[in-house]
Amino acid sequence: MMTPLYKYGFFGEEFSLLVAFVLGLGFGFFLERAGFGSARKLAAQFYLYDMSVFKVMFTAIVTGMLGVTYLGWIGWLDLDLVYLVPTFLGPQIVGGLVLGVGFVVGGYCPGTSVAALATGRIDALVYALGIFTGTFAYAEVYPSIKDLVNANPMGQVTLPEVFGLPWGLVVFAVVVIAVVGFWGATKIELWAGSRP
Amino acid sequence: MNPRPGSPYLNPYLAGIGLGLVLLAAFVIMGRGLGASGAFSSTLSWLVDLVAPAHAQANEYMSEYLGDGSTHPLKAWLVFEVVGVAAGALLSGILAGRAHLAIEKGPRVSTAVRLLCAFLGGGLMAFGAHLARGCTSGQALTGGALLNLGSWAFMLMVFVGGYAAAWFFRWQWR
Repeated sequence: MMTPLYKYGFFGEEFSLLVAFVLGLGFGFFLERAGFGSARKLAAQFYLYDMSVFKVMFTAIVTGMLGVTYLGWIGWLDLDLVYLVPTFLGPQIVGGLVLGVGFVVGGYCPGTSVAALATGRIDALVYALGIFTGTFAYAEVYPSIKDLVNANPMGQVTLPEVFGLPWGLVVFAVVVIAVVGFWGATKIELWAGSRP
Repeated sequence: MNPRPGSPYLNPYLAGIGLGLVLLAAFVIMGRGLGASGAFSSTLSWLVDLVAPAHAQANEYMSEYLGDGSTHPLKAWLVFEVVGVAAGALLSGILAGRAHLAIEKGPRVSTAVRLLCAFLGGGLMAFGAHLARGCTSGQALTGGALLNLGSWAFMLMVFVGGYAAAWFFRWQWR
């Protein structure tokens, strides 16, 4: 069996929408389970006394990364057919900064705001209205910043390709960084939690 | 109006493995990862198209989400996925006794100021996500697992931006 199933024509576009809904169900369920329907829990990441955002995100990244790596190695998944967002380093660095500030100001990111909205958080509803307003503003200014946003395209490029390292070595390095990070995050939580 | 505490949250590593397996399923079944901000773009383009169709269709950004008019703008993969996110979160919230009307804020901030910050934060977030071609789901989580260069640069900067702003907004959360 070769995957991704959709890319190999196992089902069509209509069915893919049902798949989207079911995957979303799982995504939303685990976001809420983790406590990510709460802005206070999410914002705590930036005040160091609860590093769940880092722990959940990096555990998910490591799980997904090990999964695609293993399935690729045994020949079940054609990783070349999995869509990679093209890299535009400048806009992605600036966008990340702006989004990080927005996270602390607003208390959510787009995905977690949907989980919070669904469980009745009024601030998440207002946050979502902010997203719509910001999206509209972006659409209005897009023609004038288009050249800047699309400057220096690097295409679909991965860390192993950029650094000229074997895929497996980078995977191993990310796992080590994550494990050391989890240990450090717990130490930081204990330290920050003991402060007045 | 802070929420009542429900059941304890799931262990972050178990929740992370759960999210990671959903992400892996998306790679294997669809050949793409998860996302969120794109659903907001589709919905906004559809709304603007309802109110001011000429304006929406003339706009370079919104017209991409509207397409050639042969399919409904809301018939998009991420819109269906985000509807699933809402349903899944609601299910989890009901099971845990966490689903009820409330406002999330620290003890020192008024409701009005908190809601103003939520609105501004959402606006900033949208701008950042569009610049970066994705948000924490579509870029950091999805691209992180695929070792995407731009995603890792983006993710690092999200933490830098968050920690840089944290001190100035501590009155909102602590």
